[in-house]
Amino acid sequence: MQRFIIRRLAQSLIVLVVLALVIFALARVTGNPADLLLPEDASRDDREHLLKALGLDRPLHEQLARYLKGAITGDLGTSIRYRKPAVEVFFERLPNTLTLVGIALASAVAVSIPLGLLAAVYRGTIVDRLSGAIAVLGIATPSFWLGVVLIYVFSIQLGWLPSARMGGPLHYVLPTITLAAFLVAGLMRLVRSSVLEVLDTEFVKLARIKGLSQMVVIWKHALRNALIPVVTLFGVLFALLVTGAIVTETVFAWPGVGRLTYEAVIFRDYPLLQAVILMKAIIVLGVNLCVDILYAYLDPRVRYA
Amino acid sequence: MAINAAPAVELEVVEERQRRDLGRLPWTSLVIIAVLVVVAVFAPLIATHSPTEQSLPDKLKPPAWQEGGGREHLLGTDMLGRDLFSRLVYGARVSLTVAAFALLSGGLIGLAVGIVAGYSGGKTDAFLMRVVDATLTFPTILIALLLAVSLGAGLRTIVIAITVIIWARFARVVRGEVLGVKTRDFVSLARVHGCSHVRIMAIHILPNVMNTFMVLLTLHIGFVIIVEASLSFLGAGIPPPTPSWGQMVADGRSHIASAWWLAALPGIAIMLVVLAFNLFGDWLRDWLDPRLRQV
Repeated sequence: MQRFIIRRLAQSLIVLVVLALVIFALARVTGNPADLLLPEDASRDDREHLLKALGLDRPLHEQLARYLKGAITGDLGTSIRYRKPAVEVFFERLPNTLTLVGIALASAVAVSIPLGLLAAVYRGTIVDRLSGAIAVLGIATPSFWLGVVLIYVFSIQLGWLPSARMGGPLHYVLPTITLAAFLVAGLMRLVRSSVLEVLDTEFVKLARIKGLSQMVVIWKHALRNALIPVVTLFGVLFALLVTGAIVTETVFAWPGVGRLTYEAVIFRDYPLLQAVILMKAIIVLGVNLCVDILYAYLDPRVRYA
Repeated sequence: MAINAAPAVELEVVEERQRRDLGRLPWTSLVIIAVLVVVAVFAPLIATHSPTEQSLPDKLKPPAWQEGGGREHLLGTDMLGRDLFSRLVYGARVSLTVAAFALLSGGLIGLAVGIVAGYSGGKTDAFLMRVVDATLTFPTILIALLLAVSLGAGLRTIVIAITVIIWARFARVVRGEVLGVKTRDFVSLARVHGCSHVRIMAIHILPNVMNTFMVLLTLHIGFVIIVEASLSFLGAGIPPPTPSWGQMVADGRSHIASAWWLAALPGIAIMLVVLAFNLFGDWLRDWLDPRLRQV
């Protein structure tokens, strides 16, 4: 078990280091990073000044050493737009995203498990076809568009729900639906196929032969086992939500790290963008690592795979 | 006789299956895809206006069927007075061009990596699959945004970005197929005949994973179109004034209260097209390579 944890930890660290190097290289491959920071009409003097201030006049290996040292000590440069350390800006916004992602993940799971279960139990009936249709439509709907349509219908036309920024519980409704929708489609079908598979196994047949009621068979025997693949997907789902939050937070002007990513792109705030990407990578890789370790703990076969 | 009879029966079954499935061609999807391709190819002939020409007096005109709309602008105009219908038509071109280039580069890289990993096995396989796993668990759209900012937005950037996002998906599935193919007798035979590894991969393995590859390509068209639209929506796609559907939704967002059609119509276009490609992809998979269902 220890060996497994150490190996997975090392893998995650390697991914992080490679990512840090890619970020470093990208800013330099395409010219001088100073050009990414300066406005187009900057004078030569301004440019020289900035180069000195950022240490970009030093040789490349020195720059790399400085950058890596900064990354380890949590110093990823200063955001141009906010004039504050980029990491600090990131952590100010992080709680807002985590609450949204948490609620969206919980709602997605709460909706897709019953739907997937119903579709599997009533396989081939209208219920199954309807849930199939919802899934197909859900996958084809771009979430940024769904968000805009929800705002139009529920905020502008009906005036029921707020359309932007944070506030009371009502502010969570539309962003949660937008963010959860694109998970529900896939998750529902996964639960369905997984339940179908379990319903076909010997122990479920035995439970039926024993004369247990349909409810007990489905809840106690089928669903429990069917949920294992869903739980193992938690890491992937989390990564998907972190990605999805960029678009959702942009649509709803939600002050989280997703919106921050968008701002960094739009304002060409390169130090902020690289900090946001590295921090998000650390979070996603960390969550994946925890899920993997937990899974290996629960299912010893994984350790030796 | 019995030995000879068996394949004949099997062949009949296969033919029967093909007849049946061809009878259930996904016609709706095919029609939408055909319309999309025609529109993209003949965009200049179909568009009624220039997609980029501004005309401020005509700005925010509603579609023809709404009050205040005219026959001049079928689907209305945007905040700069540009004809929405013409922009949608040219937008189809952008979507398809990006999808074609991105799928080709991402797909081919994935195909190559998958074949090499699956065929070589051992350390090479282990290493390549580690890289694939790392790419799959990582939110690659972040890399796409990084590329857009550092390389500058444009067709080349977005193609590279989507390649980074999709290659690993192709590699993993293709590798799985190769593992099955390489144990077959004709591969050992080719080896005994003295074929080089490269030759075996190119002329013995490759043709046998082509079906899988084609199915994967089709199944990913919709995904790639959505990724392109999302990147454009975030301002990291094709830069304006070239019309792209995602960017049109983004532009229409600020006028949603007064001009719903600006954001709604491009979104419907994306949805229809993605739906059509996905349904067609599902059909192609069931027909060519049903085992991929689990993927």
